[in-house]
Amino acid sequence: MNSTSTQFVPSRRMGIYETVDVWGDFKENNCLDSSPEMILEVEGKVDNHMQIISQDTSPGIVGPSNKYDHVVRKPVDKVLRRLAQNREAARKSRLRKKAYVQKLESSKLRLIELTQELQRARQQGLYMGGDLDFSQLGYSGTMNHPGISTFETEYGHWVEEQNRQVSELRKALHSCNGERELQFFVNSGMRHYFDLFTMKAAAAKADVFYLMSGMWKTSAECYFSWIGGFRPSQLLKVLLPHLEPLSDQQQLEVCNLRQSCQQAEDALSQGMDKLRLILVETVSGGRLGEGNYLPQIRAAMEKLEALVRFVNQADHLRRETLQQISRILDIYQAARGLLALGEYFQCLRALSSLWESRPS
Amino acid sequence: MEKVRKLTSEKGVMIFSKSTCCLCYAVHMLFQELRIKPYVHEIDHDPDGKEIEKALSRMGCSGPLPAVFIGGELVGSTNEVMSLHLSGSLVQLLKPYQNLS
Repeated sequence: MNSTSTQFVPSRRMGIYETVDVWGDFKENNCLDSSPEMILEVEGKVDNHMQIISQDTSPGIVGPSNKYDHVVRKPVDKVLRRLAQNREAARKSRLRKKAYVQKLESSKLRLIELTQELQRARQQGLYMGGDLDFSQLGYSGTMNHPGISTFETEYGHWVEEQNRQVSELRKALHSCNGERELQFFVNSGMRHYFDLFTMKAAAAKADVFYLMSGMWKTSAECYFSWIGGFRPSQLLKVLLPHLEPLSDQQQLEVCNLRQSCQQAEDALSQGMDKLRLILVETVSGGRLGEGNYLPQIRAAMEKLEALVRFVNQADHLRRETLQQISRILDIYQAARGLLALGEYFQCLRALSSLWESRPS
Repeated sequence: MEKVRKLTSEKGVMIFSKSTCCLCYAVHMLFQELRIKPYVHEIDHDPDGKEIEKALSRMGCSGPLPAVFIGGELVGSTNEVMSLHLSGSLVQLLKPYQNLS
């Protein structure tokens, strides 16, 4: 950064100081504002103390002159000492000012740097930089993706509809209605669960962490959650007591289904464990401690697509389990099974509310 | 694609996979549970990887990896494998290749 510095050419009046380049310090610095004043100031000081020098006198000579007799009577060494002290004070003042201005300049540069970083980060939708408060970043309900708000509303409706269907199914079973009516309720019940899987697929794309956390469910349901929903093997365990009596063929098929369901679940669980490990390694694997972990975030974002795939795969397994069990059962068993399943989830939700509202 | 045809006809049970793909790993684990040792070909370590991927989608593999072949025939991706397994059909397909270690 080049700037012009004032070059002060010592006037003839300062001739006795020719060995000292008073303005030398200012030659390389940027104190444009201060120089003229300093010049005037020192000139003034010189004027006060050096009234003995006349325009005619050649440099280097201090000699008495009739006009300035009253000044010449002051001892010369005292005057010289005084002038030297002034020089020294002025020099120190200039150095202090120079240091201060240099500090300001580097702060200005740092501020420009930080502002640029901030602008860049804002464009990328994230914060970075060592001086920003990272504790401000975090999940906030008001920062929900619009897809999540939609999902929450739709899920609320889904639960209401689920409750309505459960009571309709209960009434239909207890009033011993015909097969056709029961088939209708079983079909709507199954479709209702499949609707939920479709809603969840959209929500997973919006915010997969939200979906996987189970925050959209009651706390009891969340406790039993597996990859963003109920365990298929758990579903079969809940249904089984209510399907009795089962024929031998049905027993065999249900047994096989339970085994293959468990095996598929275990395989997906192992895949999830591996993905979790990879995600942790990605987030912690870069340079930490320097206030900029954008590279880790970028690398992790690519891996989150895999998480979405896992949630979809788990829902696919749930869907297949429901379809297979309905294939094995007759219509009465299927209706009883669906009712049991619906009441099981209602029970979990009720458990959550009761526990939360119990007197402390 | 010649390479794909050669590999799938030679190996009884075969999974086209990527070393970083965790769903591929899950399918591999499922086969191991069923006492099968599939041949896993990791296409991210294969210089012809991109070509193989294109060939697989041309052959009708619905989604991304894994792509599973049994007896030279394309079974499909994770969805197809899971559906077949729950219906009991997968074990039937794998019977000739079980316990081959």
